[in-house]
Amino acid sequence: MSFEKSKFHHPRLAVNDLGLTYRDYEGALSTLCAGCGHDSITSALVQACHELSIEPHKVAKMSGIGCSSKAPNYYLNKAHGFNSVHGRMPSVTTGANMANHELLYLAMSGDGDSASIGLGQFAHVVRRQLNMVYIVANNGVYGLTKGQLAATADKGVKNKAGDLSLFNDIDLCVMALQLGATFVARSFSGDKHQLVPLLKAAMNHQGFAFIDIISPCVTFNNHAGSTRSYDYVFEHMITEAIADYIPVKHEISSNCAAGDYEDVCLHNGSTMRIHKLQESYDCHNAMQAVVDIEQHKNRGEILTGLFYIDPHATHFHGINNTSEQPLNQLKQKDLCPGEHKLHSINDSFR
Amino acid sequence: MKTANLLSGESPMNASNSAIINAVNDFVVRFANTNGTGSASANNMFAKAILRMGIPVSAKNIFPSNIQGMPTWYEVRINENNFLARRGGQAELVVAMNAQSMTEDVASVHSGGFLLYDSSKPLAETMQRADIHYLGMPISTICLKEYNDPRHRQLFKNVIYVGALAALLAIDFKVLTSLVSEQFKGKEKLISPNIHALELGFQYANQYFNCPLSIRVEARELLNNRIMIDGNTASALGAIYGGATVVGWYPITPSTSVVEQFAHYCERLRINPATGKKNFAIVQAEDELAAIGMAIGAGWNGARAFTATSGPGVSLMSEFLGLAYFAEIPVVLIDVQRAGPSTGMPTRTQQADVLCCAYASHGDTKQVLLFPESPTECFEFSATAFDLADQLQTPVIIMSDLDLGMNDHLTAELHWDDERNYQLGKVLTAQQLDEITRYGRYLDVDDDGICYRTLPGTHPDKGAFFTRGTSRNRYAGYTEKSEDYVDNMQRLSKKFNTAKQLVPSAEIHQGEITAQIGLVYYGTSSHAINEALHQLKQQGLTADTLRIKAFPFGDEVPRFIDKHSQIFVIEQNRDGQMRTLLSNELTIDPARLQPILNFDGLPLTSLFIVDNVLNATAINTTKKIVKQQVS
Repeated sequence: MSFEKSKFHHPRLAVNDLGLTYRDYEGALSTLCAGCGHDSITSALVQACHELSIEPHKVAKMSGIGCSSKAPNYYLNKAHGFNSVHGRMPSVTTGANMANHELLYLAMSGDGDSASIGLGQFAHVVRRQLNMVYIVANNGVYGLTKGQLAATADKGVKNKAGDLSLFNDIDLCVMALQLGATFVARSFSGDKHQLVPLLKAAMNHQGFAFIDIISPCVTFNNHAGSTRSYDYVFEHMITEAIADYIPVKHEISSNCAAGDYEDVCLHNGSTMRIHKLQESYDCHNAMQAVVDIEQHKNRGEILTGLFYIDPHATHFHGINNTSEQPLNQLKQKDLCPGEHKLHSINDSFR
Repeated sequence: MKTANLLSGESPMNASNSAIINAVNDFVVRFANTNGTGSASANNMFAKAILRMGIPVSAKNIFPSNIQGMPTWYEVRINENNFLARRGGQAELVVAMNAQSMTEDVASVHSGGFLLYDSSKPLAETMQRADIHYLGMPISTICLKEYNDPRHRQLFKNVIYVGALAALLAIDFKVLTSLVSEQFKGKEKLISPNIHALELGFQYANQYFNCPLSIRVEARELLNNRIMIDGNTASALGAIYGGATVVGWYPITPSTSVVEQFAHYCERLRINPATGKKNFAIVQAEDELAAIGMAIGAGWNGARAFTATSGPGVSLMSEFLGLAYFAEIPVVLIDVQRAGPSTGMPTRTQQADVLCCAYASHGDTKQVLLFPESPTECFEFSATAFDLADQLQTPVIIMSDLDLGMNDHLTAELHWDDERNYQLGKVLTAQQLDEITRYGRYLDVDDDGICYRTLPGTHPDKGAFFTRGTSRNRYAGYTEKSEDYVDNMQRLSKKFNTAKQLVPSAEIHQGEITAQIGLVYYGTSSHAINEALHQLKQQGLTADTLRIKAFPFGDEVPRFIDKHSQIFVIEQNRDGQMRTLLSNELTIDPARLQPILNFDGLPLTSLFIVDNVLNATAINTTKKIVKQQVS
């Protein structure tokens, strides 16, 4: 069942440039478990979209199947959403984006949806450089079927029922980096200060933006011994750099302590200010990011933050040279060559 | 008879005592080649030369699932009566260029017919038949002498025999030279070597054989503006005319050329003249699942989108077809059927996807199917499919097949009515949404089962909904309430019933007096029907016919079946899939529907139909007599 939220709200809620409050960015009441990391992602998305003054109806919420894929129902009620089939969200999003490049494609997937049944589609949507935000709510476990291990679970961990993860894990960030994604980050649903700026930057990135968000499953993967529990992630999370998202018109002011930072200018003129916390950090070197991720993993740590960005990247429609006017808005006169063109075509078959 | 072959020493024409076939514009030429040697384009040039002489002709490429080195055949039927289905049986002239299949090819010559072969090496004793005429031509020896490049020695063999055929069958040589000039337009360097090769064959035949043969062609004007085109190209053009802009696809024989031709013509017809940018987007997907996923994503977003595939692809796409059925998203699928199950015979034709497409996906699903019979209909149905998909908000599957899709067919020229407008179905604009108090995506406002949809980005506040493959209420909210689920499923049934009014009606031919026999068929089986009726008439039998063009079936289908005491359902599959669909959907006693089933992977022949009808009527007559005697 889906339950609509009450529209009642405090009369003096802050409004954004569109005159909308954050409540205008919410969706139906979540039916996920209390404390689910995915709800924190929802909340971060609502905040990010509100603060960016995104027109809700210009967003297309895409998802596959699983707990994660239910989440789009819980944000941006005024946007169309498509809860497709398991592991196939990337192809549906590809087609939707081919039809209309003007919407913001905000996709939510999970570890089963992207790292198992949909691994092929995940890999190919990265290759195609689709202009979209691809979020994986990664909890290392199958929630809707009650606790089976996912392919992103670390080798050697046990699920709640005591089953051992026997095989190597798949790191979707490493795959995305290798396959040429132009924005790759990892974050934690419990760290809104890190997540919200990353989401904002991803939404303003022209090209394929991937964010793997560790999002603990309170019901099936929050026990001792899990490497995706709240406690474990809080204790083992390492951040290489903290990013601030600064909209075009704002003065650059950061809530981080002064230090070594780099300003990355995004496509729309906004800025991402990245405060380096580690010496070796370089957000323009994808292969270095892979090395860093793997080294931290070997130490039992989870590296988070922005791994890679190419703000000047092209994307699918640039490569395809698609018309500026979205294909779904072309009229019959633009599309149908008419009878006279058939004459020469017919003649070529005589 | 001229004698002495200077090049090979073997007598080029075996003067046998057998009878000679006399035929003008009514015979079959069968080419036996090795695939990957360039024979297809030479054989195609031969068929096109006949066409240019105004004579009805058909060509069947019977090829292996292989790139190089396997036997391949090309059958050209020439027939003034427009009987252009595969005739079957032996050919009057066999051009045997493949040693691997020589035994079979010698056997495939009609008694009194001719075998044109490469006599550079002598034919084995076992290949000798007294009842046929041997036309030995030392093609390899000629090529060896004439060309230095091994590739040329191979390629020009084919052109040389076409030149020889021109002399043997009285084909206008000028027609061939003009075809060569057209074929190599832009590559002028290739024109004169090809014409030279044609001349080599032409002169050799004139010098050593009695030209023309007793089988030959004579120019006519019997084409009535028809063109010769393959169904896949016509489907691709139909998609362009129908307004398709988005394609996701995965290569699979025999559907591949649908999208390749779509891309080819889009480069000509769909480039924005002002900007040079594309008014289309095509993605070669990672698999068939993604291919149809893309088409569905685009359909959801309001673009006309399609994919093309064959049986194995349909299996993979079934999950998505169920989603599009249930979530009510327009999409067009062109299924160019081949022989299954599994990989089956990937380069042979069948109509064996009927049931898996009609009920594609798990759960209660029914899909709209269209059955084109000719390239002209591929064009028309392909364009119409986009209207139907938008009007019905559901997948529409075009059931083509390998014979239709990949072979060239003589067909009515393509025509587009410039007055015709795309039927975009029930899509609400922002203004319309403003006028509605409460929008419900699945509210059956018009009582036809078809609800109003909205496209993403239309309105800032109204009309957004969550599209899902899960059960939903009329307002698109997730529900597990039984009554909501049942309500939705029943509305989908109602919508499918509405589809009956929109899809093309069956084509019926019946005499003034209703015949006892009714022949029901669809798709490419129609090619053999006129000839079968003609042959049945010679046996004193008349039959009415009904050609199914679409599923769901219109009311004319059960009416026709009711009216005829003996109904044959003619199909190209083993299990009588259309027969099953008819009896299931129209609650017809299966015993009323006698199957005639050709499933050998080759296009249906009229003889097959006639034999089966005659056998069945003979049995029935016997049964009736026995019954009468008993009573």
